[in-house]
Amino acid sequence: MSCDDTVDCGRRRLLVATAAAGGVAGVAVAVPFVASMLPSERAKAAGAPVEVDISKLAPGEMMTVEWRGKPVWIINRTKEQLAGLAKIGEKLADPKSDKNMQPEYAKNETRSIKPEILVAVGICTHLGCSPSEKFKTGAESGIDADWPGGFFCPCHGSTFDLAGRVYKSKPAPDNLEIPPHMYLGDARIVIGEDKKA
Amino acid sequence: MSKVNAILQGTLNWVDERFPLTSNWKAHLSEYYAPKNFNFWYFFGSLAMLVLVLQIVTGILLTMHFKPDASLNASGVPVAFASVEYIMRDVPWGWMIRYMHSTGASAFFVVVYMHMFRGMLYGSYRKPRELIWIFGMIIFLCLMAEAFFGYLLPWGQMSFWGAQVIVNLFSAIPLIGPDLSLWLRGDYVVGDATLNRFFAFHVIAVPMVLLGLVAAHIIALHEVGSNNPDGVEIKKKKDANGIPLDGIPFHPYYSVKDIVGVIVFLMVFSIVVFFMPEFGGYFLEYNNFFPADPLVTPPHIAPVWYFTPYYSILRAVTYPLFGIDAKFWGVVAMGASTLIIALLPWLDRSPVKSIRYRGPLYKGFLAAFIISFFILGYLGMLGPTPMRTIVAQICSVIYFAFFLLMPIYSSLDKCQPEPDRVTSK
Repeated sequence: MSCDDTVDCGRRRLLVATAAAGGVAGVAVAVPFVASMLPSERAKAAGAPVEVDISKLAPGEMMTVEWRGKPVWIINRTKEQLAGLAKIGEKLADPKSDKNMQPEYAKNETRSIKPEILVAVGICTHLGCSPSEKFKTGAESGIDADWPGGFFCPCHGSTFDLAGRVYKSKPAPDNLEIPPHMYLGDARIVIGEDKKA
Repeated sequence: MSKVNAILQGTLNWVDERFPLTSNWKAHLSEYYAPKNFNFWYFFGSLAMLVLVLQIVTGILLTMHFKPDASLNASGVPVAFASVEYIMRDVPWGWMIRYMHSTGASAFFVVVYMHMFRGMLYGSYRKPRELIWIFGMIIFLCLMAEAFFGYLLPWGQMSFWGAQVIVNLFSAIPLIGPDLSLWLRGDYVVGDATLNRFFAFHVIAVPMVLLGLVAAHIIALHEVGSNNPDGVEIKKKKDANGIPLDGIPFHPYYSVKDIVGVIVFLMVFSIVVFFMPEFGGYFLEYNNFFPADPLVTPPHIAPVWYFTPYYSILRAVTYPLFGIDAKFWGVVAMGASTLIIALLPWLDRSPVKSIRYRGPLYKGFLAAFIISFFILGYLGMLGPTPMRTIVAQICSVIYFAFFLLMPIYSSLDKCQPEPDRVTSK
C-alpha cells in the first residue's frame, strides 16, 4: 500500500484496526456460544455411583443396571465359562487387556475383581450399540460351530468373549470398558466409585 | 375491463419503481431461455422444490404439537414419543400431516437422487456449471443432516440407536473425537439434551441454510443457463435478438410441463401417504414403534433406505491402517463416499458431456457404479455376515473406482462427435 493522493493511510490503518477488533470480538463471542452446547451442570451431576445387590445373581446369569445412562452388565460366570476364557487367547485382539479399557485392579485374565463376577459397560466400543448376550455355545448360538459363548453386537457384527474382550478382525477396536467399581461386602457392588478407603 | 387493466398496470408500475418485480419475473421465468429438448429427467429439480415446500409446511404444523422432551410422562412413556402418538391419534388430521412429512423425507431423497443421476447422465456438472454442482452437493449434505436430525425426534428405538451410532462416528476422529461427540450430544449419552438440540437443528438451523443454498443453486443456474440431454451449449447459437435458437421461455413452456410432473408425483405420493405410509418398514422402521430404551439395542438396526449405501461402506472397512483403528477408516470411507461426488467436475476429462455421445468405457463404469450402489444399499438394510461383508467390500471398491479412475477412462474413451445444436424428435 502506497500513501499518495488516493489513499489516506491514516484512515486505512484505522479501518484495518477496527476490522481486526471487530473480528476478535466476533470470535470471542463464539466461545460462549460453542460452550453452551457442552454438558450442563445438571448433566454432569447426574453421573452419581450406583449400588447393586447381586445376591440373587445365579451362576450363568446376567443382570443389567443403568449407570450414567449406559447399560452396565453384571455377569456371574460359571466354572466352565471361566475355564474357556484361557483357551481363546489367539482369537482375540487384546487378550491381555493391554489397552487402557479397565482400572488396574481389573487388568487380569477375567477382567474382574472376583474371578466369576464381571462388571462391564455394555456399549460396543465401535459405535455405541449395546451387544446382545450369546451365552449358548456352538452352532446353537447362530454365530459359529466353536463359539464358546459371549456377546454379539447386532449393529456391525463385533463379537466379544465372556470377559468383554473383542475378537480379532471385527469393527470394534477395543475390549468393552470395565467401569470403576468396588465391593461393599460379599453381594453389594458400587459402580462408578472405587475408593480404596 | 380496460379500467381494471389500467388499475392493475398502475399498481404494477408502482411496485416496479420500488422493487424489481417485472425484471425478476422476466429474468427467472418468462425470459429465462431453457433448452427445448428437456426430457423426463428434468422433472426432478422442480419436484425437489415442491417437496421442500411440502416438508416446510407439514413440518411447521407438526411443531405445533410435537414436544422435544425425553423425560417420562405419568404412564412411563417418553414425552416426545407420546406427543407423536398424540399427533397420530388425537390431533385432527395429525396422522395425515405426519405421514406426509415422513413420506416426504423419503420422497425428497428419491427425487434428489434422480436429479443427481440426471446431472451424471448429461454431464450437467461440467464447466461452467461446477458451482451449481457444488451448491447441489452441499444441499444434499444438508438434506442428509436434516433427515438424520429429524429421525431422532420421534424418540423410538431406531431413533435413539441410530443417533447413538452416528454421533459416535465422530468419536473415531483421533485426538478430538471423544470430546467432539460429547459436545454434539451435550451429555454422556444420547439424552434429553441431544433431543432438544436436534430439534433446534432440524426445524431452524438446517432449513435456513438449505433455503439459502437452494437460492444460490438457482441463481448460479440462471447465470450460466441450463444444460440439456445433448450436453451442448444453446448459448452458442443465438438469433438476431440474442435469444438462443434452441431456447424456449421457462414460463409458460416448462412451468406447464412441470405441472404434469407435479400431478404424477402427487398421485404416487398420495398412494404412499394413504395406503402404505410405512412402506413395508422402509420409510418408517418397525423398531421405531417402540420408545427409546438406552439399555437395549434392538437385535437388528439399520438406517433408513437412503443412507444404507454409505452405511454399507462404513461397515465394509474392517482393516486397521497406519496404526489407526478400522473404525476410523470406516468413517473416513463413508465421508469420502459422499464428498467425492462433489469432485466430478474435475474428475471427468471426457470431450463430451452427455451419455448420448460417450463411449463404452464410461457407460460400463457408470453401469457398474449404479449396480454396486444398489447392492450396497440393499446390504446396508441387512445384518452383517462374513459373506455380505466381502460383497460390500467389492462393491465399495467399484464405487470408489468409478470416481478415482474417471480421469483415465473418461479421456481414453471413444466418444462420438457432439451435434452443433440440440437434437429433438
